Amino acid sequence: MDEAGAARVKQVNENQCHMCMPLGGVAVFKGTENAMVLVHGSQGCSTYMRLTNVEHYNEPVDIASSSLNEKQTIYGGEANLCKAMDNVIRVYQPKVLGIVTTCLAETIGDDVKRIVESYVKQRDLRDIDIIPVPTPSYAGTQTEGFWAAVREEIAHFARATPRHANVNVIVPNISPADIREIKRILGLMGVEYTLIPDYSLTMDRPYGGRYQKIPPGGTKTEDIARMPGAPVTIQFGATCPEEISPGRYLEQEWGVPLVNLPLPIGLDATDLFIRTLREISGRPVPETLAFERGWLCDAMADSHKYNADGRPAIYGEPELVSGIARILCENGAFPVLIATGTKTRELAGIIEEACREADEKPVLIAEADFAAIAEASEKAGVNIAVGHSGGKLLTERMGIPVVRVGFPIHDRVGGQRILTVGYTGSLAFLDRFTNTLLEQKHATYREETKERLYREAGL
Amino acid sequence: MEENCSPQAGAPSCLDERQGSIITAGRSKSRITCTTDSLAGSVSQRACVYCGARVVLNPVTDAAHLVHGPIGCATYTFDIRGSLSSGSEMYRNSFSTDLRERDVIFGGEPKLSAGIDEIVAKFHPPAIFVYSTCVTGVIGDDVIAVCRAASERHGIDVIPVESSGFISGNKIVGYRAAAEALVRLITPREGEIVERTDSVNFLGEYNLGGEKWVVERYLKEMGIPINVAFTGDSTVAALKRAPGARLNMVQCTGSMHWTAMKLEEAFGTPYIDVNFFGAQNTIESLQRIAEAWGDPEVTRRTEVLIARENAKIEQEIRKYRAKLTGKRAAIYVGGAFKAIAIIRQLKELGMEIVLTGTQTGKTEEYEYMSGLLSEGTVIIDDANPAELEKYLIEKDVDMMAGGVKERVLAYKLGIGFVDHNHDRKECLAGFEGAVRFAREVWVTTCSPVWSRIRSQADPPVTTEGS
Repeated sequence: MDEAGAARVKQVNENQCHMCMPLGGVAVFKGTENAMVLVHGSQGCSTYMRLTNVEHYNEPVDIASSSLNEKQTIYGGEANLCKAMDNVIRVYQPKVLGIVTTCLAETIGDDVKRIVESYVKQRDLRDIDIIPVPTPSYAGTQTEGFWAAVREEIAHFARATPRHANVNVIVPNISPADIREIKRILGLMGVEYTLIPDYSLTMDRPYGGRYQKIPPGGTKTEDIARMPGAPVTIQFGATCPEEISPGRYLEQEWGVPLVNLPLPIGLDATDLFIRTLREISGRPVPETLAFERGWLCDAMADSHKYNADGRPAIYGEPELVSGIARILCENGAFPVLIATGTKTRELAGIIEEACREADEKPVLIAEADFAAIAEASEKAGVNIAVGHSGGKLLTERMGIPVVRVGFPIHDRVGGQRILTVGYTGSLAFLDRFTNTLLEQKHATYREETKERLYREAGL
Repeated sequence: MEENCSPQAGAPSCLDERQGSIITAGRSKSRITCTTDSLAGSVSQRACVYCGARVVLNPVTDAAHLVHGPIGCATYTFDIRGSLSSGSEMYRNSFSTDLRERDVIFGGEPKLSAGIDEIVAKFHPPAIFVYSTCVTGVIGDDVIAVCRAASERHGIDVIPVESSGFISGNKIVGYRAAAEALVRLITPREGEIVERTDSVNFLGEYNLGGEKWVVERYLKEMGIPINVAFTGDSTVAALKRAPGARLNMVQCTGSMHWTAMKLEEAFGTPYIDVNFFGAQNTIESLQRIAEAWGDPEVTRRTEVLIARENAKIEQEIRKYRAKLTGKRAAIYVGGAFKAIAIIRQLKELGMEIVLTGTQTGKTEEYEYMSGLLSEGTVIIDDANPAELEKYLIEKDVDMMAGGVKERVLAYKLGIGFVDHNHDRKECLAGFEGAVRFAREVWVTTCSPVWSRIRSQADPPVTTEGS
């Protein structure tokens, strides 16, 4: 596999492809029932995270801040953090309060775990769980922040539980629509489950004429507590680093076997998911899913020649990037460039395997920025990109259309509704992808052919 | 006094400590509490010093903007303004030193220095703004020294912007940091002489949706060239010519009054306040400029322009006024300048303002604002979603003007919304901008979607919690 060495020795990150670590933690607590989240740091951090989430989910996303100022930065942020917890608890009355830290809080060395312990003791709080997660951005991206928060949250609630039938399902940062689709499939397969984090309703509310400080929905804490008694954990986290893997935690600490599956994007990966569920439940696959599978297969046949014209670049968080790479490879649109802003050991092997049928091996760039992606796209002759809104300049500056998937989507509506998983989501994605190629083709082929065969020949 | 006014039973929407920041126009004799630090845990809509500095300097089109810190600060501001450029697109790139754990421990100066070298080698920009962030402020990187050395090494301006977020949660402090950077950039070096020109500088104009160009066209017709805007569609070279202008006109007062005073002090350039949001504001501003210019021919051309442009839009404004009269509006924006401009425009459209507020307003600005409003209008400084929701419902608001975070709140409540934020794409300045604004207000206030989705009349199916 080619290495884009240039991207690694650069001192400057030019046009960012990844976001900051506490942002990942926010989504996790937003996917917990009756939870609120507080960012321990400057006021700006929480406001920027709100803005990013609001633009993507098109929902009010309240995130509190300890609003550190100069004095606390010098003398320590404990007093402000306690005051912030007091105020959040008064106004929001949460049952769970997640605290994600920032670069600032970690650099000044606040021991948030100790502060929280003594705060809970001092205030004699009994009906609220306060869960600190260290998430300084100099140590990771939103991807690590997400996994770390899931792991901390499970570790906080997990209790010795008699064996039961509910399967643990751990999802990476995917859209609320994707979470709903995974839940629907679990339901269709007759599998009882605890899915974490479940922000499918909290971050995508049906219209109700009001704003709810803490919207209903989210994973129930009593279910999280029972996760150690599950027969198995399905984690869509093939790229999740072992040391922050929530599924690995449940396996090592509580003996729950871990099945790390790829996100069910594309035929192979969705088949694998369904097969796994069939083994767990011992039930046959309902006809609905058989139809959906059939429609996907039918579309793959219909579209395969168009897709073969694609020279895609894929960028974003490692888990989604590998899922998209798989579906594009199995449809003959072999990616020529794969990039992630995250530092990852796990991705290279997965991509190698996914692209085994490709003629041409893709360039892989980890810790990428959009300058590296643009440069590599130019070199590789990329004609379509798949990823979040950060890639908009690829379209503006190089005419490469972007099929929007992932987080954040801030320049189109409905980031929260983009469906990519399961047979149905795969088909929806495939059509979006193929039609983007076709739109390009129809807009340009007459003029291009005339130029090439008529004008250049001097006819 | 706490009020249990929220739908979430038992939870107060207003914290005791916040009571002083909420007043009622006309009745309240007490002064509003403002310009204080945000209350921890109150979910303020405010941002930080860095944010304020970054948005003011972003439109300097041919400069490179390098954020010195871990990745987040740069990511969150990557090409977030709708400022347009007539030339360079350099400013839309977002550069970060992307500090890692090692840098935080051992210091980020070497990485910053190497980063500047890298940008110069690749892009040759005429200037680089280097923004300090929380972390670089705390670990004590000597950003000023690194910038000075790089400036000498490369023979270009490398300007430090002192914007560590923890200095304040108030963007105004960041505006000052940006203004200081600008003054540093434009102050002529020893022996340098800036040529005097018969032109104006346009301070506090960011060319969102091409607004600077609209005003520039008007002024051109009047016979007054714009020297440079701070900072919409500006270049480093044009900014350096700023000391040569005959007059400074200041629009966004929150971000640029201080700069105007500095320019007057240093170069003796007088300044006047202008405001091009709304037809009346535009007319008065153009007349004020003509008056300051003191040339009868300019005054004559100005009156011709006003009469012609105003005649063009009068009928359309009347049409929207007829549709909007009596509708109830709320305004929650960053600064008082913008709030006041919107109050005036909405009143011109026959609307009643029942709720208003800002993130960064000052006491005297709130007093002035209060005078424009009818008795009973609620005014909030540094509001949070819970407070906004309470008054949006209580005051039965039809339409709100604000930024992105307020937009989703309004929509959740089934209320219309007008974007008046940093990333808007529409030109709202001048006469044509007034029409566009009126249309946007009408489109959202009277949209056919509201009567349908707000209807309580027996839907065939409902969801739990809705």
